[in-house]
Amino acid sequence: MPDAARRTPAAAHPDRQPHDLPGLPLTRECPYHPPRAYEDLRDRGPVTRIRLYDGREAWAVTGHAAFRSLLTDERLTVDRDKAEFPDLVRVLALARPGRHHAMRALLRTDPPLHTEQRRAMLPSLALKRVQSRRPALQAAADRLLDGLAARPRTEPAELISAYVRPLVATGMTEILGLHGPDGSALHDLLHRHFDLVPPLDDFLRSLLARMPDRPGGDGLLDDLAAQVRDGRLTTEQFVHYGTVLVVAGQDVTISTIALAVLTLLVHGDELDRLRAGEVPWSRAVEELLRFLSVTSGLVRVALADIETSGVVIRAGDGVVLLNPAANRDPGVFEDADRLDLRRRHGNHVSFGFGVHQCIGQNLARLDVEVALSRLFERFPRLRLAAPVDEVPVRQGLVFGLGALPVRW
Amino acid sequence: MRITADRSRCVGSGNCVRTAPGVFDQADDGLVRLVGGTLSGEDARNAAEAASLCPAAAIFLTPQED
Ligand code: HEM
Ligand code: SF4
Repeated sequence: MPDAARRTPAAAHPDRQPHDLPGLPLTRECPYHPPRAYEDLRDRGPVTRIRLYDGREAWAVTGHAAFRSLLTDERLTVDRDKAEFPDLVRVLALARPGRHHAMRALLRTDPPLHTEQRRAMLPSLALKRVQSRRPALQAAADRLLDGLAARPRTEPAELISAYVRPLVATGMTEILGLHGPDGSALHDLLHRHFDLVPPLDDFLRSLLARMPDRPGGDGLLDDLAAQVRDGRLTTEQFVHYGTVLVVAGQDVTISTIALAVLTLLVHGDELDRLRAGEVPWSRAVEELLRFLSVTSGLVRVALADIETSGVVIRAGDGVVLLNPAANRDPGVFEDADRLDLRRRHGNHVSFGFGVHQCIGQNLARLDVEVALSRLFERFPRLRLAAPVDEVPVRQGLVFGLGALPVRW
Repeated sequence: MRITADRSRCVGSGNCVRTAPGVFDQADDGLVRLVGGTLSGEDARNAAEAASLCPAAAIFLTPQED
């Protein structure tokens, strides 16, 4: 092992200057490209040392191979009870720890507990069961687009609130198996609250109490409720699993779709290929997922020393795996910074890798594909109602647009 | 080519079913189920891609003499 690779945690060097290591770049200069400083990190190596905002050191992973191998390495934990976690931004530090206990399910548990939790939720999220919701989702998209078409064209529309958000909420209610008044109640809840965890807790608890009176349901909550009746799950688990799913699945999907609309409008040649039928929507969705990669990074802590890509990650070190950087690895994706919908690949890491790889990815793909294909087929003249650099963005752990003004 | 899948490792991503629908399916519990064990041609190529995309390293391919 080369000596330079042996690093010690920041705590052992209180005299180290804060400028000796690069920080973690989180701000995108362009809505559809990762922060430029990711490339400076890449130049330092696929796994490289950085300093977080609070002065602590961590490892940043920009290489595709290292990203995948580390996320399948059992020596990295997501469990806050096992290791002290690095915070990527101040906001998260303030929100910790106990307030969102529900959000620890799946996302913050290791196997074997994670395996048990994930398996309780899997059946309704399997590819074919999710795809069976396509007609319902398409119908919802068409209804929303009818609403848009009926508006006067003199005023621009804000596409996230008029289309993207309600459509993604419908995808969620479909998967959960919430129809009629229960479905509307969840839609309402998603629109009204910023912190979804407390209202979801109330909603799911009262729903579970009423479940025996609504037999024959075919959604994820029906599956989970059956497991509660069998004694395989507790009420607490029902509520936590439901909460994690809804919270983890909303914003990322909305951000991806809104950003994909903007990106296609800016890349007219690529959009023309789609319209001409040269590229199937399903393939275009994979390239858009790779290219846009809206999550900034995944966080882990090493439980033991791990030798990788010429460095040694020490037990106790924090690791930040940057999905957008791995998705632009020039050794894996030719001309990685170019949006090329004809690209045939399946190995982007926008959904992560390893046992935590997005459990909602089949729904996410369906949401994105239905949202984009229905929108662009219905409105061939769709265009931005503001210059692209004036479209408001939301920087952060999940990159997104603040609004998407369009004309049609 | 002979193919095996380890259900105890599977995390039910559905990637293999999407990539090689002639080879993999998900059982009612959401975990991988093999449709056929010995493959050739396009199915074999798709299965090889599915193995490389499996997030849980649950798919194994072994070349086989016919
Ligand atoms: C384009 C949209 C989406 C993106 C980019 C995305 C991305 C991700 C990523 C990167 C992870 C891995 C987190 C980690 O390893 O630490 C993840 C996990 C997860 N996602 Fe998604 N996701 C999307 C949509 C959804 C949807 C629609 C749902 C719900 C139906 C969902 C629910 C979850 C859950 C519950 C986990 C935790 C899985 C586990 O720890 O086993 N996501 N997602
Ligand atoms: S790709 Fe791997 S983890 Fe996903 S369903 Fe297939 S075998 Fe299971």
